[in-house]
Amino acid sequence: MPDMKQNVRLKVRRQDNPRSLPYWDEFEVPYVERMNIVTCLMSILRNPVNVRGEKVAPVVWECNCLEEVCGACTMVINGRVQQSCSALVDQFEQPITLEPMTKFPVIRDLAVDRGAMFEMLKKVHAWIEIDGSHNMGPGPKQDPNKSLKAYEFSRCMTCGCCCEACPQFNSHSPFIGAFAFGQVRLFNSHPTGRFNSSERLDSIMEMGGLADCGNVQNCFRACPKEIPLTDAIADLGWATTKRMVTKFLKE
Amino acid sequence: MRHPRESGDLGCINEVLFFCGNDNMAKANTKIAIVGGGLAGLMAAIKICEEGNPVELFSIVPVRRSHSVCAQGGINASVNTKGEGDSPQVHFYETVKGGDFLANQELPKQMCDAAPHIVFMFDRMGVRFNRTPEGNLDFRRFGGTLFHRTAFSGATTGQQLLYALDERVRKFESEGLVKKYEGWLFLSIVKDEEGICRGLVAQNMDTMEVRTFREDAVILATGGMGLVYGRSTNSMICTGDAATAVYQQGAVYANGEFIQIHPTSIPGEDKYRLISEAARGEGGRVWVPRDGKPWYFLEDWYPKYGNLVPRDVASRALWKVVHELKLGVDGGESVYLDLTHIPAAELDKKLEGILEIYEKFMGDDPRKVPMRVYPSVHYTMGGLWIDDTHMTSVPGLLAAGECDYQYHGANRLGANSLLSSVYGGMVAGPSALKYAKGLKKYCGSVPGAVFEREEARQTHWNQKIAAMDGNENPHKLHDELGDIMTKNVTIVRHNKDLEATDKKLQELKARWHNIKILDNTAWANSELLFVRQLWHMLELARVITLGALARNESRGSHYKPEFPNRDDVNWLKTTKAEWTKDGPKLSYEPVDLKYLTPELRNYA
Repeated sequence: MPDMKQNVRLKVRRQDNPRSLPYWDEFEVPYVERMNIVTCLMSILRNPVNVRGEKVAPVVWECNCLEEVCGACTMVINGRVQQSCSALVDQFEQPITLEPMTKFPVIRDLAVDRGAMFEMLKKVHAWIEIDGSHNMGPGPKQDPNKSLKAYEFSRCMTCGCCCEACPQFNSHSPFIGAFAFGQVRLFNSHPTGRFNSSERLDSIMEMGGLADCGNVQNCFRACPKEIPLTDAIADLGWATTKRMVTKFLKE
Repeated sequence: MRHPRESGDLGCINEVLFFCGNDNMAKANTKIAIVGGGLAGLMAAIKICEEGNPVELFSIVPVRRSHSVCAQGGINASVNTKGEGDSPQVHFYETVKGGDFLANQELPKQMCDAAPHIVFMFDRMGVRFNRTPEGNLDFRRFGGTLFHRTAFSGATTGQQLLYALDERVRKFESEGLVKKYEGWLFLSIVKDEEGICRGLVAQNMDTMEVRTFREDAVILATGGMGLVYGRSTNSMICTGDAATAVYQQGAVYANGEFIQIHPTSIPGEDKYRLISEAARGEGGRVWVPRDGKPWYFLEDWYPKYGNLVPRDVASRALWKVVHELKLGVDGGESVYLDLTHIPAAELDKKLEGILEIYEKFMGDDPRKVPMRVYPSVHYTMGGLWIDDTHMTSVPGLLAAGECDYQYHGANRLGANSLLSSVYGGMVAGPSALKYAKGLKKYCGSVPGAVFEREEARQTHWNQKIAAMDGNENPHKLHDELGDIMTKNVTIVRHNKDLEATDKKLQELKARWHNIKILDNTAWANSELLFVRQLWHMLELARVITLGALARNESRGSHYKPEFPNRDDVNWLKTTKAEWTKDGPKLSYEPVDLKYLTPELRNYA
């Protein structure tokens, strides 16, 4: 189909502001070899005219690193949530449908507000306590293999794919999302981070915590970094059970 | 680039402590703003918060998405884990030599001395560095040195370091010490009659509200300016607009002509994706086919350093092979970067992040086939002029990270950028605090008219932009800017091309006034903000181009075939650009050579 290669057809779900109604707009942009969705959207900036020939406001979306490491440009492409920088046009049936993530409030067009995720990181105490940034010598020695395993969890870019794919995560539910479990797993396995593991476990034993996970395992499948979130959930299942028993016995 | 939010519950405390106009009360805490939430900005914030002083933190993006995440290879520190006899003194010497002796020497000296402690700090913060079998931090080789000096976390070191600082700042935020303004664009500083910085003006990128903030000190940590070149390895927020905005308000911009071109990136329509020097640090080899056989030209030309010559040297070599010898792969603009001789398991352990990028964007597996790479604009050694306390030429305005000009001279060594941004933040934070605490008059006592005037100036400019109804598309103008800068002001520079470039830049500035605004809404209008940023990029492009035109020598990243040698007699000096309405006015100042005497820079 040589014609398909000349132009790329995009169907974009747009919304002017958080209170207005969404609508569809279609665009055609020139095909370039190995182009990604971000390049398509950039092309619209240069010629913001839809397929009906109407001059429209350029599509608004979020992006930054374009290397799938900052997490900004996440959106739903042909029904699947992913980063638009690493989504190559050749991988998709046309017209390619672009929609904002549905689990976060829309700001405009494809841009959404994922601030809730950063709030969750506060809730689960996603940091390691240190006495200060002054010179105190090296940290504890660490098993290189365990450290390598933990590194997998530290690649989470708070993109929200796991939240978007999860049936439990939505605006009506307090469920905190699988990425937060990954972070608890990460910090609780650190030689000094584990000093605060009880606090972190307590934070995910509240409403919206681990017990609300429906074990559908979409999170792992949706994660662009293939972070073993389901392993984290299983590990934390054990840890929270132990924590519950300890707490019960102490009381 | 969305999602403006204000965090923390400092609001009412601020009112009491800071806006009362009472100097005695203000002494309890000074008001400090940091613009930019990458490594430099976050590190400065941490240092200030550790003193118990609150911080207001402004960022275009949620700080966890800052450009520091793109740094891959690692961070330099002479810990000497491998027992090779490495030391901070050697690190300092190689940093200054790598920068072709243009760097003032005091700050790099301090930075290299502090480097081991900085890496240890990150280790304590929980960064998952790669480790040796004994459980110590592992180090790998990087360009411009023969030592294993680079600590790394896979091939996503910048991301890991940024997250560690982001987490620390989040803790301070939860304690009420940090108030974040994410999704706010810095527009300008507020200067009083004496020329002292008393605050800043910023714009909420969703509501488009323009607001003035009173501050005792402002730290700019706004990163690089790759977008001046259109496509580069930089993130989309790296327009250099904040640094250029204050340049137009009187801050001196130094050594603008020194732009680092990274030898190995993957060209793309939207950006050039970096393939870290770590690939060569771990044994990757660069070659092109010649007479049917691989020719490892870097190893051939530079037997001692081989594939790990500094970036300016490597980029010139690639340029020569492709453009002069016409030996690019398939006759095009690329060379091979080959990892296929290294066991896949080892590659996965140490370089996964870049393998993944190449695989996802190019569709080939670099464990099995050599990568095709080409040089790309990567980093600016130049930036806002600062003294050894990180104060710019405007009192009360500090700068740290890529947006300042110190540390790297005429060329930066790989894995020194994470280090200099963190160290810069470590200096700038306490400096800002010391300066602010020593003020005779606090920002709360500055007459309101000073702030109103600046806010009105910015609002007026916004209105002017919103009303633009010409026939130019701002993104197409940006393409033209990027094309001419990339063509004429990168690896090889000729004076006649630089003159032509400046002419073109002036033409683009004239055409900027003829832009048509296609988005007239008053909500989340990124077009309006981009047009403003484009103006700044054009101003900065002139600083770079005219600085390059004037400097008739070759030094570090600045190479002119007409003047192929370094000229210490005439050009061992820092370029200082001051804004005037007729264009940048250049002057020069001597380089601080207190520790090392310039010598021939040879890597063969």
